[in-house]
Order: sequence, then structure tokens, then C-alpha cells
Amino acid sequence: MIDCKNIVKTYSTGSISTTILKGVSFKIEEGEFVAIMGPSGSGKSTLMNILGLLDAPTSGEYYLDGHDVSKLNDDELADIRKNKIGFVFQSFNLLKRTTVLRNVMLPLVYAGVKSKEREKIAVAALIHSGLEKQHYNHFSNQLSGGQMQRVAIARALVNNPSLILADEPTGNLDSKTGEIVLGTFQDLNEKQNRTIILITHEREVAEYTNRIITIRDGEIVEDKKNSRRKAGSVSRP
Amino acid sequence: MANKARSGLTILGIVIGIGSVIAMVSIGQGVQSSITSSIESLGSNLIMVQPGTQRGIGSQVSSGRGSSQTLTLADAEAVKQQISLVGNVAPEASSRYQITAKGTNTNTQVVGTTTAYSIVRNVSVASGVFISDQNVNNSAKVAVIGPTVRVDLFGEGVDPLGKTIKINKIEFKVIGMTKEKGGSGFSNQDDMIFIPISTAQKFLTGNDYLSTMSIQAVDEKSMTELQNQVSALLLSRHGITDPTKADFSIMNQADIVSSMSTVTQTLTLLLGAIAGISLVVGGIGIMNMMLTTVTERTREIGLRKAIGAKKKDITVQFLSEAVALTFIGGVIGIILGWLASLAMTRFAGITTTVSIPSVFLAIGVSGAIGIIFGYYPAWRAAKLNPIDALRYE
Repeated sequence: MIDCKNIVKTYSTGSISTTILKGVSFKIEEGEFVAIMGPSGSGKSTLMNILGLLDAPTSGEYYLDGHDVSKLNDDELADIRKNKIGFVFQSFNLLKRTTVLRNVMLPLVYAGVKSKEREKIAVAALIHSGLEKQHYNHFSNQLSGGQMQRVAIARALVNNPSLILADEPTGNLDSKTGEIVLGTFQDLNEKQNRTIILITHEREVAEYTNRIITIRDGEIVEDKKNSRRKAGSVSRP
Repeated sequence: MANKARSGLTILGIVIGIGSVIAMVSIGQGVQSSITSSIESLGSNLIMVQPGTQRGIGSQVSSGRGSSQTLTLADAEAVKQQISLVGNVAPEASSRYQITAKGTNTNTQVVGTTTAYSIVRNVSVASGVFISDQNVNNSAKVAVIGPTVRVDLFGEGVDPLGKTIKINKIEFKVIGMTKEKGGSGFSNQDDMIFIPISTAQKFLTGNDYLSTMSIQAVDEKSMTELQNQVSALLLSRHGITDPTKADFSIMNQADIVSSMSTVTQTLTLLLGAIAGISLVVGGIGIMNMMLTTVTERTREIGLRKAIGAKKKDITVQFLSEAVALTFIGGVIGIILGWLASLAMTRFAGITTTVSIPSVFLAIGVSGAIGIIFGYYPAWRAAKLNPIDALRYE
């Protein structure tokens, strides 16, 4: 489903250029739960931006679902993001002073889904994320960190994406809540066969996934199955 | 909109801008309609012929003494007989004289004319009668006085009918008093005395000449044609072949109304433009606020873009917010401007009228201001790079 061939990313400011990604190649099949792990400065965030179509590689090819997406314009990238990719961010990035339901429905608005349909789909996604029903009409800033991340996961699911990209999803959560969130990801991956890529710098977090790609100084140094997989806790409403 | 106080203050600029435009335009239009109605109170479908060469607007009031003597009663007769588009003709021979009554005196305009004057010039009597054909035939020494003259000679509320006045030392009997018309500027009719033209020419001016000939057309659309025909007739009667050398001038009431309208329209535009400057300032306030809003919501914009919002979606989102603000400001401004013009009419005595077209214009303008001044901030928002925006603190 994802095929990256020799991705290079160079930033130039004036006459100084820095090459962050020095030729990264890998394949990810549908239904995999992969961690991309590396210390800060390794290029993992840059790689995530490219995978998420928020940025384009300087050279190399990126095939998503069989299409070469490395040379599209802004509007085309936005369309693909809308249809194929769901994001979960470290700092949740929910709209403040907006209810949980409206937050989850936001991607549907941009996808042009009619308002009656939107609520139904949003509620279905919230059920999968494990958020308690009573919170649906609360404002997002009234929730705890773990609850907010669940809302973010529901939002990421709502357009039925082929790929979920999670950037340090447990970074702002305590370990217990983090376990629950990671368990939710595992659940989505096993029960719905969702392809999930998780970016992290912590090995403990990476060990909840099935495959770990280790990146350092802009290059992949290791790419193998995770033998010590941990089970996350699952909390159902 | 989150920050209500900030939004409210920003809208205030638009409110003041639109409100003052509405108020200023209503003043201009009020002035226009009051000028138009005072011109129209002179009479309707009126053209006035005056002796002497072409004069400009505003020289309607003529005093017999010292001005040219080229129009005669016979001319007036000819116009009445020979031109079919004429409804009525009122010849005038006027001058200023010293008027005395028992123990009082005043100096005022004495107009010698015929019974047609009351029709052509829209004059009605409050008591008694106007000059009759018989008065003219007999050169009777009778007078119809205006209400201001009544006050000057006899005092407030005194019935002048039957009393004697002396015009230039000649005795006249008062047979009527005209209805108050008000106004000033163009010749104040309330401060005039009307006597038969025959009497005026025999005993006061001593000649056959007219100071003015007022002609009423049969209807509004004949006025230009009537003016042409009168001019042609008088030129031929006076033996003048070159129209530029005419010894009379013709003033068309419709022309006066339209040139006054042009003047007041220019005035209204000017007032509106000055008020419009405050509107521009209000728009700048909107732009400023929207720029701040965009900066504050940078992360939100990054998120929306990551989820799939295109540049167009972001642009439309922020433009709509700006237009909503200016629209609300516009509606409040219209209400305030309307109240202000009401207050001016009530308390300052300036007549104002708020026209429906100006309200629609104001609504359109406030929407346009939202689009124009909101565009730059919306463009800035749409241009944001999602990665940088998401990282923004």
C-alpha cells in the first residue's frame, strides 16, 4: 500500500542546505501496524510529513495505493489527505470551544458529506475510539488528555482512511492513559484491519506495534518485526 | 467569534461609518426635496418671461424700476391668443413702494397683475377675494395684501378687509388677504401687495411695460415646446431676427428644478464621500482584527489543512467571518443613522429623508467592505504551510 523509493529531503535556506532524509526506502502492506522510531533530529518527523502528504520529497518516489503522489500540487494533496489519511497528533489539535461531536465531524464537512449523515458517522467513529457517550456534547477543552486523544482518534477514522498516521500520540499522556490509547490502536488494527503508522522516539511505545523501522541521521538502520510485542489495555465504555 | 469585546469594538467602526453615511445622505436628500418643493410652490408647469437680456438663475425677482422696458401687455395678450399650449398668462408690473396705513408704514413689493395670477402662481386668499377681471377693466383702486403686510400695517390678527391703505400716497381699499405660504429667498409672497395691473400702469408706473410675464403650460410635457413658441412669437413681435439678441429672457421652472437638483445631488455626494472616509477606517479596523484572529488560530488552520481543507476552503471560511461582522455592523449602522436623521429633523429643524435605495446601498457597501478588507487576512490564512502552522506556539 505504501511504497517509498529512495526518498530524499533537503532544506535550503539561502546558500546553506541540510539534507534531512538521505534516501529512505521501504514498503508497508495493508493492515500493518508499524512504528517509525528514532531520536529527535533523526528525520522521523520529516518522513511522517512526507508520508502524510503534508510535504513533498526533494527526490524519490512515494506510491500510495499504487499512485505516485510525490509530484502533486497542493489541492490534489489536500484531496488525498482528505480521503486516505487520518492524523493523530501529539497535542491532540482539537478545535477549542467546540463540542466533541463537531470536532469529529470536521473532516466530513470538508469531504462534503451532508449534515444528517455526518452525525451518524461521527457517532460510529466515537464508539470505536472508546470515548464514553456522555462526553459527546461536551466542549473539547473540558476533557482529560486521554479523552481528547480518543476524540482525535475518532476524527482520524471518520473519513474511513486507508492509513492512520499517529505522531507521538502518547507524548502528552501519562503512562496508564497512554496504554489505553495504544490498546485502542491495536484494536483498530486487528478488528478493522487498519494500516497504522506510529511515529515515536520511545522504544517502549514502539513495542506495542508489530513492526519497527528504526531511523537515525536520515537513514533507516533497522526494519524488522517486533518480537516483544506488548498488549495495550482496552477500555470499553 | 470567541472574543466578543474585540469583535464589538471592531464592528463599531463599521457602525459609525455606515451610520454617518446614511445620516449625511439623508440630509442631502432632505435639502433636495425641500428646495424642490419650494420651487414648485411658485406654481406648476411655469415659465417666466422677463424683459432684458438673458439672465441666470436666481434673478427671478425683478423690480420694475431700472430694468428694461421691452415687454408689454399687448405681448401678453398675443401669447395668450396665439399659442395653444398656453393654459394661462399672468402679466405683472411690479415695483417697490412706500405703503402707509393709519399711523404705520412699510416698504414692500407691489405687484400689478390680473386674476389669472392666482391660478398661474398658485395663490389663494385666506379672506376676502383676489383681483377680478372687473377690477382690471375698471382700473379699480383695490388691493390684496399678504399676511406679513397685514401684520406690518395693522397688527397681528386684525382683519384688514375694507381698510384703506396708501400706496405711493394713492388710496387703495383692501379687498382680500392671501394665504400664508411661508418661505423666503425667492420672493416672499407673504410680504407683497397685489393690485390690478391697469391701476398699476395708470397710477403708479405710468407706462405700458411689464416686469414679468408668467405663463402656465397646459401640461408638463409641453413646457419645452411652449418655451420655444413663446420665444419665437416675442422675437417676431419685437422684430428681432437673431435669437441671441433677444430683448427678453425665459426661465423654465423645470430647468430650475433640475439645476437645483444637480447642485443638491453634488452636495449629497460630497457629504456622503466624507462620511465614506470613516467607513474606510472601519474597514481597516476589520482587516486588523482579522489578521490578529488568523495569527491566533494558526494551529487550527494547520489542522484544518491537514484534515483536507484546501486554500479555497480556508479563504471562504475567513472571508465569511469578515463579511458577517461587517454585515452586522452595517445593519446596526443603518438603524443608528436612521435614528440620527430622525433626531435631526425633530430637534435641529433640518429636514431629512432616509431613502430605501440608500439603505440597500449601505447593506451592499458593508458586505463589500467585509470582502475587500477581509480578503488579505483570508489570503494569509490560506497560504499557511500546514506543517509550520501545526508547530506554532
